[in-house]
Amino acid sequence: MSIMVNKMFTRAVFLAFLSMFLFGCKSGNQKQPAEESEITVDVSELNQDLFQDINEAKQIFYSLPSPLETAMLIRSAGAIYDEDLLNNVDNSGNYTTNKSMALNLGIYTCDLSFASLYDQTQASISYMNAAKKMADGLGILDAINDETIERLEENINNRDVIMDIISETFMNSSSYLKENDRTAIAAIVLVGGWVEGLYLATQMVPDSVSLKNNKLVDRIVDQKLSLDIVMRLLADNSDNPDVQSIQKDIDDLKAIFDKIIMKTSSNLETSVDTATDVTTIKSQTQVTLTPEVFKELKKKVEIIRSNYIS
Amino acid sequence: MKRYVTLIFISFFLIFIPLNSHAQCKGFAKNVCKMELVPYTHDGNYHAAVLTEGEEAELYKTFYSGQEYRIAICGSDNLPEIEFKIMDASQNVLFSNKDKDFTKTWDFKLETSQQLKIAVKVPTRGDKSAEPESGCVAIMFGFKVK
Repeated sequence: MSIMVNKMFTRAVFLAFLSMFLFGCKSGNQKQPAEESEITVDVSELNQDLFQDINEAKQIFYSLPSPLETAMLIRSAGAIYDEDLLNNVDNSGNYTTNKSMALNLGIYTCDLSFASLYDQTQASISYMNAAKKMADGLGILDAINDETIERLEENINNRDVIMDIISETFMNSSSYLKENDRTAIAAIVLVGGWVEGLYLATQMVPDSVSLKNNKLVDRIVDQKLSLDIVMRLLADNSDNPDVQSIQKDIDDLKAIFDKIIMKTSSNLETSVDTATDVTTIKSQTQVTLTPEVFKELKKKVEIIRSNYIS
Repeated sequence: MKRYVTLIFISFFLIFIPLNSHAQCKGFAKNVCKMELVPYTHDGNYHAAVLTEGEEAELYKTFYSGQEYRIAICGSDNLPEIEFKIMDASQNVLFSNKDKDFTKTWDFKLETSQQLKIAVKVPTRGDKSAEPESGCVAIMFGFKVK
């Protein structure tokens, strides 16, 4: 008995130390100090300024548009549904590494959201199954289960319910990954969805079309603002080799986005609609984008996305 | 023997409490805070953490022109009312819930897309002799599907 108790004691102490090591040393989301910069009207510099006091000890979150928001942004810009642009669900069997499964969980969730927003019922079910395969492969327990697919099928003509199911499954996946200290995988999933959105949007702009007063082009240019967040999200997980390889792609994109000049008013004003209690943030932004730069961006996004789905 | 049992109990406590606090935050975000977004559609992102009185958190996100958003920021019942501010890139405060009776939500739209900072603080209570409380704080976003 005494030997048994001693063993139990040893195990208990071991587990205590193990738990302290695993959970007590977690660095959370605290970031390294960011460089300070002066306020100008250039968007890139303004965003640097936004991050200026990040060195203080506090929890920091970087929020990229989710695949659902990305798909909604493309649709609201007037995009037309084109299933040929989506990643074929038959490719899902090709993804066996954590990196490819994480990227394609984001990609398929974006495609699923896109198909659902256009009421493409059969495609929605197929893409939910493809996303499930990626989540299962990553060991994300019960983020998408058979019950989810059944709920989707039962409510296939109710877009609000479908949106709710997609939002819930994505939250299940990201919360599971974050709770289990797999933040690098969570970041890769988000980047996958973001790149897919960028790919769909750029492909939907024909080469011949004018870039001025084009809502879809405006949405693409807006991603210059999210690029900062993509980079910081990846930098937080840069000890992961998969993240390092994605950082190179994002650096390439940044070099092109840097050629797009975006200037915004430095002091934003607000006005509140008293009837709806909705605040409008008023501002003006000027963008300079040449057809050559847009073409270069479109090509680079196509190459990166092609690598991710192959 | 009693000593060993106590040590075993402490070991399990050390192992499972951190996991449980995360799990509670997921449940809190999903079952409590998400409700504050209705009728907006939750974007699916998960931002929640255990914070202690006096602690702060920040979130950076790009919001897009032409979209209508709702931000919901909620804290566990044991925490004081959560303070939050929304700031633009020049650090101008666009909204502070302190001026709105510590409301948990803010609805807004933008004329042009902007990256904004959401600064969250768990205030400390007046009673400094009491042990500071910890609890979940969730930051959630909803948008209107168009």
